[in-house]
Amino acid sequence: MREVAIVGAGMTQFGELWQSSLRDLFVEAAAAALRSAGADHVDSIFIGNMSGGQFVGQEHLGPLLADHLGMAGVAAVRVESACASGGAALGLGFMAVASGLADVVLAAGVEKMTDGADVTNVLASAADQENEVYHGITFPGLYAMIARAHMQVKGTTEEDLAWVSVKNHKHGAMNPKAQFRTEVTVDQVLKSSMVAEPLRLLHCSPVSDGAAAVLLCPLDKAEKYTDKPVKIVGSGMATSAMALADRKDLAVLDAVAQSGERAYKMAGVMPKDVQVAEVHDCFSIAEICCIEALGLVSEGKGAKAAASGHTALGGQIPVNTSGGLKSKGHPVGATGVAQAIEIFEQLRGEAGERQVEGARIGLTQNMGGSGASSVVHIYEGVR
Amino acid sequence: MPSPRYWREIPNRYRLEAARCSACGAVLFPPRSICAQCRSDQLARFQLSRKGKVVTTTVVHVPPGEFLMEAPYAMAVVETPEGARLMVQVVDCDPAEVRPDMEVSLEFRLIRREGHSGILCYGHKGVPVA
Amino acid sequence: MAGIVGYGAYIPRNRIRSEEIARQWGKDPQAIERGLLLKEKSVPGLDEDTITISVAAGRGAVDRAGIDPALIGAVYVGSESHPYAVKPSGTVVSEALGIAPEVRVADFEFACKAGTEAMLVALALVESGRVEYAMGIGADTSQGAPNDALEFSASAGGAAFIFGNQDPLADVLDAYSYTSDTPDFWRREGEFYPRHGGRFTGEPAYFKHVLAATRAILESTGYKPSDFRHVVFHMPNGKFPLTAGKQLGFTKEQLEVGWVVPQMGNTYSGSSPTGLAAILDVADPGDLILITSFGSGAGSDSFVLRATDLLPRRVGRAPTVRSMLEGPRRYLTYGEYAKYREKIILND
Repeated sequence: MREVAIVGAGMTQFGELWQSSLRDLFVEAAAAALRSAGADHVDSIFIGNMSGGQFVGQEHLGPLLADHLGMAGVAAVRVESACASGGAALGLGFMAVASGLADVVLAAGVEKMTDGADVTNVLASAADQENEVYHGITFPGLYAMIARAHMQVKGTTEEDLAWVSVKNHKHGAMNPKAQFRTEVTVDQVLKSSMVAEPLRLLHCSPVSDGAAAVLLCPLDKAEKYTDKPVKIVGSGMATSAMALADRKDLAVLDAVAQSGERAYKMAGVMPKDVQVAEVHDCFSIAEICCIEALGLVSEGKGAKAAASGHTALGGQIPVNTSGGLKSKGHPVGATGVAQAIEIFEQLRGEAGERQVEGARIGLTQNMGGSGASSVVHIYEGVR
Repeated sequence: MPSPRYWREIPNRYRLEAARCSACGAVLFPPRSICAQCRSDQLARFQLSRKGKVVTTTVVHVPPGEFLMEAPYAMAVVETPEGARLMVQVVDCDPAEVRPDMEVSLEFRLIRREGHSGILCYGHKGVPVA
Repeated sequence: MAGIVGYGAYIPRNRIRSEEIARQWGKDPQAIERGLLLKEKSVPGLDEDTITISVAAGRGAVDRAGIDPALIGAVYVGSESHPYAVKPSGTVVSEALGIAPEVRVADFEFACKAGTEAMLVALALVESGRVEYAMGIGADTSQGAPNDALEFSASAGGAAFIFGNQDPLADVLDAYSYTSDTPDFWRREGEFYPRHGGRFTGEPAYFKHVLAATRAILESTGYKPSDFRHVVFHMPNGKFPLTAGKQLGFTKEQLEVGWVVPQMGNTYSGSSPTGLAAILDVADPGDLILITSFGSGAGSDSFVLRATDLLPRRVGRAPTVRSMLEGPRRYLTYGEYAKYREKIILND
């Protein structure tokens, strides 16, 4: 297996981008990634996208987007794992380069969510249609059930959940690409409108448009593109029971833990070695469950980690320095790749106000559905 | 949800038909062809009893379009005495009263309708036992 | 002798008080209560319709009968609010109860007597030996136009009866029907609400048919009013059945148990069948029971039944009508009621 590096990155602003179509978003991010590395050729393109078919009625994104990038002819496919589509595209790009089957790979993610589709219904298609969605459950509803289970078993409070949003908005306020560059208070979160009890509007990531892309190549060829490559040293994917009702412990996300174990093992890294992490905070409870499942905090310490500053910038293990899905925005298919870009910048020392000083090892975790699929990557800076 | 897709699910939606693994005893609802616990394909059909206990809950305030008239409504994971777990609405009560360990009966109700002219889709909902 | 081998009823838990409806339209609540003898009525939830009511009542009937539902060879659902104009209610009911596929099924409509007509046909199939068991159901989510007198009565509920020759809970001693073409109450295809002829629904419609059918069955069975322990007549409001009973020579005590209308309202096809279920809930072995339905358009069916020794032992297997009338209830405001009855229209 060859060592793989990220040598270029590009992303759009995240937000309600009324002027941009799905193809515009992809081209902007992909072209920026190529430009940043001075690359004019790729062997293949993996595009994470949850639901072009339902959001804008467009399937078959591989050829469409390769063509619009001026690269018709290149191998290009869409990769789907609901909200983990971007992470999965990165994982497949990593495999292609690591295996030796491709030298230069563009791993991208894109989602156009604001063109008028019923977003609640489209997102719900990442849950079990026959046994969950049929009965009227929504995505926030599923995470709300996870939150109540977590509260019941571990004593987590609504205030603990609110602190995750407060922390991530504080980080996002420093990110020029973020959808919301405003801070919020615990009080504002707890007074925002109810979505699915106990989750309120400010516990939920927004509906966003956006795209992100990274350029991958073998480490030994990286110098052609950059003098600051970032190695991908671990990649793990996992699944768990799709329907919430089929899981033994509703407060534990098995797929997250398992994808983490696989990535840690490949990287030869322990959770305590990670210095900066981007995890999938689609809802505030998700960040708490994920940092617990990944071992970034000790068992049962997830709930208070945001309030105590443990996971804030300047804390022991800063989580979601980009603002996370909550503040940066969550164009579902793009999220996993955008997480990689935040770590790429952090490990190159280019994160500006959000920089975690001296960060050398970083982690991203991206998940689909109510945690039924999860992808973890571990990165190492080589500057 | 077009009619053939609905029709296929009638045994589990109307009669709570489940499967029990002959090898490890796991209960699967709805029935599957391979046991999720031990991968055996020796699965026998049976009917769940029409009652259960609430495991966890939420109250949905922002519903999908088809459920707009019903919101806010309680949803719960309910476990039957056989050990099957179902995602159901809990109705005929104040949604705030729905709590873990609450006993519910599973009653036959209209779950959704496919617009004004489409088919009516039935199934089971939880109702608190008085 | 054929008889009822199982029965069950269902009444939704949502209610609205007559007073609340009267307030909405600026009417005098006491005048309504005095005039129509209606205190409150049941209201179907957004997830309740003739089919779900039939299944709930049918499950009670199967439980009380203690039979394998697959042995039921016929299912007839009488209603004037079948959820589909085309596609049977009875197929859903048969599948949900585990009766299908070896079963004959049809939906009946004859205004408020569709339920007793379904029972009559079920009974006849059993008597003929064509099927071992047959189920007749009367259920409705009755329509009444806003600010019409019907709005105080039109309610939701129903009852299901399984007929058979083995182990009856009540023997059917006789049945009789009386029919004429009388346009007292109707609803045209595609219309939301029924219309009615006001006072014309009384003497030439309800009273003529109820009295004629009841007198005829008394004559054919040779019983006098005083022989009966319990009697139930169709209940379009509180007053009509009491007046009919009085004219026929029955006492208030005989009518009391089946007279569920002040709390339940008029469940149309489910009205007199639910009254009969309430009677079976409390009847003693040997009690003679009379039921006469009325359906506009118009006709009446009468049955004379006698409770058997088995009845009291089976009552506890399913909820009683009284337990549902007086059990957990939710009282609605008129606004909630308007939503539940889908008088508020949302965008697609």
